[in-house]
Amino acid sequence: MKVELRNLTKVFPSRDKKSGKDVTAVNNFTFEIPDGKLVGLLGPSGCGKSTTLYMISGLQQPTSGKIFFGEEDVTELAPENRGIGLVFQNYALYPHMTVQQNILFPLQNLRGKDKMTKEAMLERAYEAAKLVQIDELMDRKPSELSGGQQQRVAIARALVKMPRVLLLDEPLSNLDARLRLQTREEIRRIQKETGITTVFVTHDQEEAMSISDVIVVMKLGVVQQTGKPQEIYDNPTNLFVAKFLGTPPINVFKGRVENERLYIGENAVLDVKGVKDGNVTAAIRPEGFVLDENGPLVCELSNVEIMGRDVSIVSRHSESLNPTIRSIIDADNRIDATAEGVRFTLKPHKVFLFDAESEERLYFEV
Amino acid sequence: MDELKNEVTTQDVDPEVSVPTEPQTQTGDALTQGVMHERDMKKETKKQDVMKILGKIGVYLFLSVMAFIVVFPFLWMIATSLKHLSEYYDSNLDLVLFPGGPRDFHNFAEVFTETDLGRYFINTLIVGVASTFMSLIITVLSAFALSRLKFKGQNAFFAGLLATMMIPGELFTITNYKTVADLGWTNQFGDGGWFNAFLTLTLPFLVSVFYIYLLKQNFMQIPNELYLAAKVDGTTDLKYLWKVMIPLALPTLISITILKMMGAWNTYMWPKLTTTNQDFYLITIGLREAFSSADNQQPDIPLQMAAVTLVSIPLFLVFIFLRKYIMRGVSRSGIKG
Repeated sequence: MKVELRNLTKVFPSRDKKSGKDVTAVNNFTFEIPDGKLVGLLGPSGCGKSTTLYMISGLQQPTSGKIFFGEEDVTELAPENRGIGLVFQNYALYPHMTVQQNILFPLQNLRGKDKMTKEAMLERAYEAAKLVQIDELMDRKPSELSGGQQQRVAIARALVKMPRVLLLDEPLSNLDARLRLQTREEIRRIQKETGITTVFVTHDQEEAMSISDVIVVMKLGVVQQTGKPQEIYDNPTNLFVAKFLGTPPINVFKGRVENERLYIGENAVLDVKGVKDGNVTAAIRPEGFVLDENGPLVCELSNVEIMGRDVSIVSRHSESLNPTIRSIIDADNRIDATAEGVRFTLKPHKVFLFDAESEERLYFEV
Repeated sequence: MDELKNEVTTQDVDPEVSVPTEPQTQTGDALTQGVMHERDMKKETKKQDVMKILGKIGVYLFLSVMAFIVVFPFLWMIATSLKHLSEYYDSNLDLVLFPGGPRDFHNFAEVFTETDLGRYFINTLIVGVASTFMSLIITVLSAFALSRLKFKGQNAFFAGLLATMMIPGELFTITNYKTVADLGWTNQFGDGGWFNAFLTLTLPFLVSVFYIYLLKQNFMQIPNELYLAAKVDGTTDLKYLWKVMIPLALPTLISITILKMMGAWNTYMWPKLTTTNQDFYLITIGLREAFSSADNQQPDIPLQMAAVTLVSIPLFLVFIFLRKYIMRGVSRSGIKG
């Protein structure tokens, strides 16, 4: 089931009566979620990603715009009739019910022709529980489960109705680091097995990049960029997207372009064919640095962190907009940690230029 | 008496905590003289044990005195209920239950022949159960409306409700009486008499702002996501109330039930004021009136005590079985039962 959002806008009326300024949580969001794919809505908190999810679920009504499931307009449809499963950030399990009762709950509310017999409901509940591997825990209360197990129960409860669309709101944020890795693979597996179109919301770019087929990067209610994770990483359309994706974060410098050459400080560091003269912001991925004794980018060495597979060099530069520059190079390179300075040349495809004012991408020929 | 035990355990931990400060100050010396160190530790351990025992003795002594103060009225009640009137006048402070003097259970038998205790008992039960039940429905629905639903003037309405709590309940008595009298409910004889009495005894106390407030706060602690999840799962508001909110607020509801029942059992002034037909007396008035009306106006105290003992039994049973909830409810609501 593909999901289509057309010019979706949500405006919250202002709580502050004096200023009377309404808050636009989602602004003119148009996007088509392809059938059977896992889509990550990514953005910092307050960017409208959860609001978008709630509008797809029907728990919030859009101020304007339309939502289609397949060819069907569901904008006005109540949440229970949309055929969605929703997993909340805090799981929202009913604490007084056992796992089994929790999973059965959505089925017991079915009315009319959808009404199921007790046996059929139990069978479905066990199917869902098996899928998320909690069929051993059916008689426990949520308080007797670990965070990861509660998460699975929440997913089972969302899946038991066989929803057309599965919505996950920050599903991993309450788990510890190890469990998070494990659970995100789990979510990926379940999504692949069921083939349900899935939308999930997160502020963790690593999480979004690792399991999504498509990600949507949002900022202040406006979609910044959509695409496959790798494409967005390799080709950000503006400075915000470049900064938001990637760990360690991208290194940002003040720079200027003269005669199609990029200057950071006094030195020309890169040829940038096709960019007009003027001030720019240059962003360089940590893996975009190459150690070079005669390299044009001269930095002051702070320290070297050896991480086994590769080496992370922390250095400083007067034109850097971040306090430190972090570059990652292969561990085969030998570096003298006591040296005063370190010099780099740059990999052109790991350097992005942005207009200093608009922060929009300036493309150059590599 | 779980609560007493708890007190004991928390109290006897104290000496353990306070004693180790002494050896700690000596560790400087002790470290330089290894052997001394060990000997000191043994001494200190012994000292610690003694302190522990002394502490325990102190605590139990204190608790015994307190327990005696609490138990004394009950002991007196039971001892007196076993005495004959003559013996009561001889030695009414004699707390020994059996030896000496004419003592038997005749008072208990007499209670049922002399008075209509059974009837009062049933009256109280009916009024208590009915008013608790109706009160619970009103409380749950109001708390639900105030916490879950959104309507215009909600806050003002709630503030208005709370404001009524500022007025002491006794002030309502006269207005309430006038209302009840104007409605003709004080006429409790004849065919509809029992119904008038029933309305008089239950209706004025069905709405308790305090319980509504208590439950509303409890409802508001239920995370909003549960409501949203239930919406996605296709429940109506009323079903959500029944299936999720009520089970989650059950401890509070049980507390309210118990407090309300206890209130119904204890109430005296209002029924005394409004019950005109002796058939509809509640147990409190029954106990007060029934034994003093005889020839000399002097109440037959042993008989009265036998009746009180009988009346207390159900309360004792309730307390033993629902102790946990009563204590929780009382401490939560900050009012005494």
